[in-house]
Amino acid sequence: MALKPDTISRWRNSEVLLLGGSAGSFKILFRLIKVLPADLNKIVVIIIHRKKNFFSEIEKLFAENSRMYLREVSDKDAITRGTIYIAPANYHTLVESEEQFSLDVSEAVWYSKPSIDVTFESAAEVFKGRCTAILLSGANQDGARGLLKLREQGSLTIAQDPADAEMREMPGAAVEINAADEILTVNDIFELLQA
Amino acid sequence: MINDIDSKGPSSIEMNDLIDLVKKIHGFDFSGYSKASLRRRITRIMQLKRLGYYDLKHMLINDTAFFQNFLEEVTVNVTEMFRDPLFYKAINDQVLPYLSTFQHIKIWSAGCSSGEEVYSLAILLHEAGLRNKSFIYGTDINTEVLKEAKKGIYSLRKIKAYAENYQYSGLPGTITDHFTILYDAATIHTELKQNTLFSVHNLISDNVFNEFQMISCRNVFIYFESPLQEKILDLFYRSLCPLGFLCLGSKEAIRSDAFKKRFKTISSKENIYQKIGS
Repeated sequence: MALKPDTISRWRNSEVLLLGGSAGSFKILFRLIKVLPADLNKIVVIIIHRKKNFFSEIEKLFAENSRMYLREVSDKDAITRGTIYIAPANYHTLVESEEQFSLDVSEAVWYSKPSIDVTFESAAEVFKGRCTAILLSGANQDGARGLLKLREQGSLTIAQDPADAEMREMPGAAVEINAADEILTVNDIFELLQA
Repeated sequence: MINDIDSKGPSSIEMNDLIDLVKKIHGFDFSGYSKASLRRRITRIMQLKRLGYYDLKHMLINDTAFFQNFLEEVTVNVTEMFRDPLFYKAINDQVLPYLSTFQHIKIWSAGCSSGEEVYSLAILLHEAGLRNKSFIYGTDINTEVLKEAKKGIYSLRKIKAYAENYQYSGLPGTITDHFTILYDAATIHTELKQNTLFSVHNLISDNVFNEFQMISCRNVFIYFESPLQEKILDLFYRSLCPLGFLCLGSKEAIRSDAFKKRFKTISSKENIYQKIGS
C-alpha cells in the first residue's frame, strides 16, 4: 500500500513522535530506534509496558542501537528535540509543559504503569496537534483513548494494522473508537518514518 | 467498552481558579504543584464523584467535609513496601555502615502515606542490628493514611505483592518473617512498630521539627514544581545533622546548583546525598 502524500507531509511537519506499545511491540520498537536518523529534529517519546522489577537494561540496549541521543525520563527532565525519551517502569510519564516532563506514581491504568493513555493525553494537552503518534501491538486497551485525544487535537494518529500485530487488542481498540487517521502495517510504518 | 465515565476535567484557567479557591477557603496551597498530575487527580475526582466543574466548586465552597475527601484523592497515596528494592540495597550497603557509628539514629520518612516505607526501613535496621538505637518518624499531610500507617496492618494480597520487592532488596528470609498473619491480614511485628512515630506534617507550610541523621523523601518531589522542590530541599537541609543523609530515590535528583554544592552525592543512581557545609 502506498502512503498518502498528505500523511507523509503531516509526519514531516510534526514536532513530536509518540510511540506506544506493549506485548509484541518490543522488536518493532527496537528496529524503529535503529532507523531513526541521528539528525531527526523531533522529540521522540516511547512508552512500552514492562514489569516493575524487571531490571532489564532496555535503555542501555536501545541507546546502544540508536543513532539519536536516548535516555530514560527522570522527574522534571527538560524536553529537547533530537532526543529519544523512554518512560520509566512503575511511573507514569506526564508532559508537564513544552519544556518539561514530570513523573507520577498514582494508580495503574489498564493495569499498566507506565500507561500509554496517560502520556498520550498529557502530550495532546501540551503539544495539541503537533504530534505523530503510533500505537503498536498489545494485549489490552491502553493507548486507544490517548490516541483519540491526540486525533481530536489534530495530531497524526496511526494504529498498527491489528491483522499485522502479534497482539491485536491494543491497536484494535484504537481502530474501534476511530482514534486512528491511518491503519498501517509495520512495513508501512517503517516507510513513513524514513520518508 | 473503552470508557466508563468521561470528563474532560478542568481547563488551565479553571485549574488556576480552583487553586485560588482552595487557598482562600481552606488555606491549602496547591500553586507549586506539578500542573499535569494535579489536573489528572482533579479530573479523577470529578469522574469518581460524577461532578462537573461548577459542582466541584460548589462542593469545595459549601461542603466542609468534602475538602478532606478532596485532599485525600488529590494527594497520591500509592506506595509499596521495598518499592524500588535497589534503593534499599543502596541504603544497606552505603548508608547504614556510616549511620551505625552514631549513638542514636533518627530517620524522617517524609510523605510516608500508609507507612510502608517506614516499616521497610524498620526491617532494614532490624536486620542490620540497629533497631534498638534508631527511631523513625513518618509524616504526611493526609490524616487518613496516617491512621492506616499507625495500625501497620496490610492485606495479605498486598504483602504478596511486596514479597517480590523484598526478594530483590537483598535481605535474608522473606517478607512474611516480619509479620504476623491472621486470615487475610498481615500485622507488622510489634518490635518493629516500637521505634516509630506517625504524625501530620505539611512539607509546604510546616517547619523543622527535629534533627535527623537520615531523611527519606521519595515519590513526593515529583508532585511539585522546581521552586517548591527547592523550598523543601532547604527544609531538609536544615533538618539534617552535619553529614546526615538525604535519600530521594532513583527518579528524583537534586537539580539546583545551589543545593548541589551543599550535598555530596553518595549514589547517583538512587539519588542519595550527604549534607556537607555548615
